[in-house]
Amino acid sequence: MPKTLYDKLWEDHVVHVEEDGTALLYIDRHLVHEVTSPQAFEGLRLAGRKPWRVSSIVATADHNTPTDHWDEGIKDPISRQQVETLDANIHESGALAYFPFRDLRQGIVHVIGPENGATLPGMTVVCGDSHTSTHGAFACLAHGIGTSEVEHVLATQCLLQKKSKAMLVKVDGALGRGVSAKDLALALIGRIGTAGGTGYAIEFGGSTIRALSMEGRMTLCNMAIEAGARVGFIAVDDTTINYLKGRAFAPLGDNWDRAVAHWRTLVSDAGARFDAVVEVDARSILPQVTWGTSPEMVTDVKGRVPAPEDFADPVKREGVERALQYMGLTPRTPIDRIAVDKVFIGSCTNSRIEDLRAAAAIAKGRRKADNVKLVLVVPGSGLVKRQAEAEGLDKIFIAAGFEWREPGCSMCLAMNADRLEPGERCASTSNRNFEGRQGNGGRTHLVSPAMAATAAIAGHFADVRELI
Amino acid sequence: MRKFTQIDGLVAPLDRANVDTDAIIPKQFLKSIKRSGFGPNAFDEWRYLDHGEPGMDNAKRAPNPDFVLNQPRYQGASILLTRENFGCGSSREHAPWALEDYGFRALIGPSFADIFFNNCFKNGLLPIRLPASEVEALFALVQATPGFKLRIDLDAQTVTRPDGKALRFEVDAFRKYCLLNGFDDIGLTLRHADKIRDFEARRRIEQPWLFA
Repeated sequence: MPKTLYDKLWEDHVVHVEEDGTALLYIDRHLVHEVTSPQAFEGLRLAGRKPWRVSSIVATADHNTPTDHWDEGIKDPISRQQVETLDANIHESGALAYFPFRDLRQGIVHVIGPENGATLPGMTVVCGDSHTSTHGAFACLAHGIGTSEVEHVLATQCLLQKKSKAMLVKVDGALGRGVSAKDLALALIGRIGTAGGTGYAIEFGGSTIRALSMEGRMTLCNMAIEAGARVGFIAVDDTTINYLKGRAFAPLGDNWDRAVAHWRTLVSDAGARFDAVVEVDARSILPQVTWGTSPEMVTDVKGRVPAPEDFADPVKREGVERALQYMGLTPRTPIDRIAVDKVFIGSCTNSRIEDLRAAAAIAKGRRKADNVKLVLVVPGSGLVKRQAEAEGLDKIFIAAGFEWREPGCSMCLAMNADRLEPGERCASTSNRNFEGRQGNGGRTHLVSPAMAATAAIAGHFADVRELI
Repeated sequence: MRKFTQIDGLVAPLDRANVDTDAIIPKQFLKSIKRSGFGPNAFDEWRYLDHGEPGMDNAKRAPNPDFVLNQPRYQGASILLTRENFGCGSSREHAPWALEDYGFRALIGPSFADIFFNNCFKNGLLPIRLPASEVEALFALVQATPGFKLRIDLDAQTVTRPDGKALRFEVDAFRKYCLLNGFDDIGLTLRHADKIRDFEARRRIEQPWLFA
């Protein structure tokens, strides 16, 4: 019987199955960061247990780390304690790799795994972070877990899982000029909703996906969780294999050839059956901007803020009313008349080299608008930062009046000092526009890196296609 | 883990869809390295008028009188009635820790986000999915009836209304077994340690590059 990629990934990791179908899945890669791991290490110690296989662990500090004045360390004492706790836990347990605060290879956990070749096709990848779905770009079964499960994986190298249903999101046609994987992700979420993928594992396929770079694929898989799906993945092709060749933890020699032969099988068989299929015409997608407090509250840059009465369902209508009030927006306002106070270019969604190039292409030779108080550019890792500087992108950003910072999660979730003040409006390349996400009372509009840079230059949302 | 068998609990309604885990427990409280003490900061941004930070004396903060959980009639609630897609967003287990520490033992709604749903079971917190029409009816009953309680019986898989109407819910047999007995997942999994070792040994031979 033809199998989906999901079937193949699942079956390759089943250690044991309970009567009700709950499976014990073997975990190949365990990514660890400072926020969701201290209680897990503590639990392990209290139970007198040891990590099962420390060579599966790749760890870094990213959520709490500052993005400037690294020479001064971490000023917030509780943030510092959390990072130091990770240092101590990894020091005690060991790991395949640890990239601590200020290490050249430190960065956002979902950036450093792939760029170091620690994320390989066919792996199960877990992390105490919902955006672990990012690694699905490499045909991995990758998803976020809670801290109890972090402890479970540390102790047993396995996870108890029920198999999800399989959804194919088939995207065909060329993306338009100025339209990126981020716009595709937002448009898809706008269509199926933030619960559209709940209970499903999503495979992204079709000619548009095949044409995406690995960076674009990571952006798309990263946002699968915003569509409700814990996992989103893409079959292996030449793009995948070419990206991995020569990376620090990628296999070498004979092992490389054997691995590639295996990875080539990581595709859905012709005729494989999916529980749901969503077809998307990429040519119809325009640059996207969210207007509300859920990623599904999105429209294109030529659109307008909706009115509550546009929604028939009373729960939805009330949600829209509340969102507009929180966002300080009047129904029917054209999106391109909404002014922004701050711009954030970064996060596990959009902080890779290609994202920075897209933003720099807009910023080049231009200046940020006077009403924009701050434009933060936060590379995803030390290696991304180094690459960007080698290409001169930092100079373009600085000349445009943007700030060029050190790597980390930064204002995506504002656990460090980078945040919005109450009422401030931000064009952000991150993944969540929830109330308070970027700072108490802050108002987040999700966009692509090119659209964020365009908003910085124009001072309000504007169509990137007019600047390229 | 605390066992869950049966409860008779006061119900509090949170009438909004897509309640995300950032709302359940804001990020500043995630800096803690403990797994307890999050209850006073559950729904912090909605619940208090001021901005909360770790280390504040929450008893001295001004509660938001408009937030439903602050109403006197819902004090002591152990069942939270919710709308679609509750617990979406971040995988932070601090969300179920905060709800459990607040005093909730069960959540009832039409749907829950996957990761959050899973995390609840690790903490003795029972998320119950009921058809949207039943949830709608429960919202109406809670709002109309001060002191509205429900009886939840995990073994029988029923939610029983005061009028005697019993609503059946589904729960995975394995999760039910763990929750009824308060079993620690890790202990159960380690009963299969030999199988895990065998699997791993085979994998090392078949896909050695995974073990570099």
